[in-house]
Amino acid sequence: MSTRRDFIKTSGALVVGFSLGDALAAQGPPSAPGGPARSLDLKQVDTWLAIHPDNTATVYIGFAELGQGASTALLQVAGEELDLDMSQLTTVPLDTTVTPNQGGTYSSASINRGSPQIRAAAAEARRALLQLASQRLGAPTDRLAVARGVITVAGQPQPSVTYGELIGGRRFDLEVSGAAPVKSPREYRLVGSSPARTDLTDKVGGRHAYTQHARLPGMLHGRVVRPRGQAAFGVTPRVVSVDEASVRGIPCRILRRGSFVGVVAEREWDAVRAARDLKVTWDIAPTLPGNAALFTRMRSEQTQDRVVLDRGDVGAALAGAPHVVSQIVRGPYQAHAALGPNCAVADVRPDSALVISPTQDIYGTRTVLAGVLGLPAERIQVRYQEGASNYGHGTQDDVTEAAAILSQLAGRPVRVQFMRSDEHGWDNYGRAHLGDVRAAADAAGRIVAYEYQGWQHNWMNVEPSAQLAGTAPAERDGSLGVSPLNLGSMYDVANLRLVNHRVNGMGYLRGAWLRSPLDLSFSFASEQAVDQLAFLTKADPWQFRQRNIKDPRWLGVLDAVARAAKWQPRPAAAARSRSRVVTGRGIAVGTHLASYGGAVAELEVDTRTGRVRITHLYGAIDAGLAVNPGNIENQIGGQLIQTASRMLKEEVLFNTSGVTSLDWNSYPILRFSEAPAVTAIVVQRLEERSTGAGEEVMAAAAAAVANAFFDATGVRLEEYPLTPARVLAALAG
Amino acid sequence: MAVTFTLNGERRTVESAEGTPLLYVLTDELALQGPRFGCGLGQCGSCSVLVNGVERRSCQTPVSAVTGRSVTTLEGLPAWYAAQKKLARPPALHPVQQALIDEQAVQCGYCANGLIVKAAELLARTPRPTDAQIVQAMNGHLCRCGSYPRVLRAIRRAAAAIQVTA
Ligand code: FES
Ligand code: FES
Repeated sequence: MSTRRDFIKTSGALVVGFSLGDALAAQGPPSAPGGPARSLDLKQVDTWLAIHPDNTATVYIGFAELGQGASTALLQVAGEELDLDMSQLTTVPLDTTVTPNQGGTYSSASINRGSPQIRAAAAEARRALLQLASQRLGAPTDRLAVARGVITVAGQPQPSVTYGELIGGRRFDLEVSGAAPVKSPREYRLVGSSPARTDLTDKVGGRHAYTQHARLPGMLHGRVVRPRGQAAFGVTPRVVSVDEASVRGIPCRILRRGSFVGVVAEREWDAVRAARDLKVTWDIAPTLPGNAALFTRMRSEQTQDRVVLDRGDVGAALAGAPHVVSQIVRGPYQAHAALGPNCAVADVRPDSALVISPTQDIYGTRTVLAGVLGLPAERIQVRYQEGASNYGHGTQDDVTEAAAILSQLAGRPVRVQFMRSDEHGWDNYGRAHLGDVRAAADAAGRIVAYEYQGWQHNWMNVEPSAQLAGTAPAERDGSLGVSPLNLGSMYDVANLRLVNHRVNGMGYLRGAWLRSPLDLSFSFASEQAVDQLAFLTKADPWQFRQRNIKDPRWLGVLDAVARAAKWQPRPAAAARSRSRVVTGRGIAVGTHLASYGGAVAELEVDTRTGRVRITHLYGAIDAGLAVNPGNIENQIGGQLIQTASRMLKEEVLFNTSGVTSLDWNSYPILRFSEAPAVTAIVVQRLEERSTGAGEEVMAAAAAAVANAFFDATGVRLEEYPLTPARVLAALAG
Repeated sequence: MAVTFTLNGERRTVESAEGTPLLYVLTDELALQGPRFGCGLGQCGSCSVLVNGVERRSCQTPVSAVTGRSVTTLEGLPAWYAAQKKLARPPALHPVQQALIDEQAVQCGYCANGLIVKAAELLARTPRPTDAQIVQAMNGHLCRCGSYPRVLRAIRRAAAAIQVTA
């Protein structure tokens, strides 16, 4: 194989400004924790991909595969620019010594933030490979053609040279300039198609190793011992006493750091029963509001207030309008509650650590672990292994810290598997939200004023393990709060005012982001208010929105979903029946960040039992260029079912001293028999930047459910989930 | 305490503490990746296996309860199916597994073990289930990712595929 030097000698011209240097470093993660085995510099092509002698490529993706198919889609992006087929592409698990830091896998970021970086690196590699091939084949680059990594002179099958022959096993040593030409969307063949996900065969065959299956040699099984269900965030529960005799007879060790208590055992069942049986007396401050007083307390708090947006004169517009509505939302805490409780394995040595974790952000987790363990971050290797999906910041980091602390205390590798009650009871919940909307329309049915005021606390900054071990609880400053995205901005409204009331989270439950954070609540309030304006102006809800939306992309999803649902215009609640089971349909728009979502819901309400059955949900997403429309359809389906679950059933129950939703009976989710039919619509926009599609239709779907309930019953809802008791109370007025 | 049972067609003897749930024996001592921990309470179905052809929650089944019985896990379903259908050799995947791939039905797939085991049990007993029968059979199995509609389609597809094979 030629190196750069003899290449230059033989060709006599330096056409390619990079060296074909040393053999590529090892592909797999190194066995010992320590420094990176390969380039992680985001400016280097080698950081992102490696071409192998057999003409295949490995793409180093910095996003966690969460079962959403993002790794397949990012491989499509790389394969598109390189003209490789999916069968020639693989990726590797995330590891702080192997894969680049693309930031955490949240905010539907994988495609949005990830694809430009991978596209640029692949395009740079292709340009370099074509220059090499040009020398080899004696033809200018613009006459070369590439198919499946085989380069030929256009129109001639021979001679040919493969990527593998040109650079297989060696480094590019090339910077990503950003100037290499990328394909125009019109030329796409792989992007925009829907190759099957690469992870499913192993997953259904029992060959996929989840974090729950990770093992290390010499490992102990660990469990945490905590009060059952978290107490108010601000005051750390204190251990009064530990009765070691309560687990006498079980081969285990009890380990402790501050109020962090755990057990480790050679056999898993011994760890499980020791954690179950160990008697610990806790001192807990009963300072939570409980479900009963939650929203009154939130509203009465001294809050930090911020005017997010103030345009025109909302007060005057409200005062002068013929149609004015107001709408409240009380949105509950909701749990991530992964189907498999989170699990992590840690091997903490005196001067280094290896951690196998389901974290969505390996680099972020490494930073936090450095603090928890008192080790420099560079001495900690974090390897991602997919667990059951969390859809946000659940207990992944907490379980990782728990494993690390127990390993440090035990001096052995430790696997911690959370029990169901740890997972449900110590989650960082999707936050409770209280919102007030006021909106007005003129006599012509145009929205003239819109005001939203919202109350919630911020996300928490300390995981339970660290907090119990001694770190003081703290809230994050930056957290998603009231924002224009779901609140009025899709409509053409001259007078708009949004206010965020930040509640101090110290007396509340832990909060963090849960798929489409706060959006379901925002839209539940906002889109009911808009629907009510349609009702007051005797307009059909679809047509009313059409009249008030200018942005063609919002109109695009709205119209797409209405057509898919065969929506026949008529005012809401105009077709109400007197029968025991009444039916309704509702429409709404909404988003999470940059994409556009529209939804229609069809449902039945049993007015005697209060039971709501959602029969069909339709969801449309415009996420710009849809790299893999099949994946997005699957994502829409998942979002619609989860929205049905969150709207009908999900609510974290707690009293003044702690959370009481500790399993699937006390925190029910949607079951098979309750699942609506779903229809997914992907609005493809080849010329638009790819944006997220993992959480962008939930807001619309949540509001569509509320609007369908109104259509069926003539009653507006102020609170979800729509449990039978709540529905009966609402119907009774 | 030594317990002997048949696991995916092979006789196995394990040493476990009295009362150890079958799940921990399968995952830790026998290193299987099909049955998995979800709740330990019998509520979710993540840990399901077949015991003499009947779906059981291995988190709620003490290992001693399967003494002398035949335990089939996700890993053993293709062979179990082949034996039922008197096929010369097991297919690579049970028809339900194949149908889940064909429908791209699951997301994280953590629930897949229980869904597949339960659906395999259903189709062995009721080869042409109605939708209502499918829903009733599957209703004790939870999926957090919202895969129910696609799983329903996959089970229909698997039932049709089995008809063709038969
Ligand atoms: S783990 Fe056995 S039913 Fe949930
Ligand atoms: S696919 Fe994730 S729990 Fe079912």
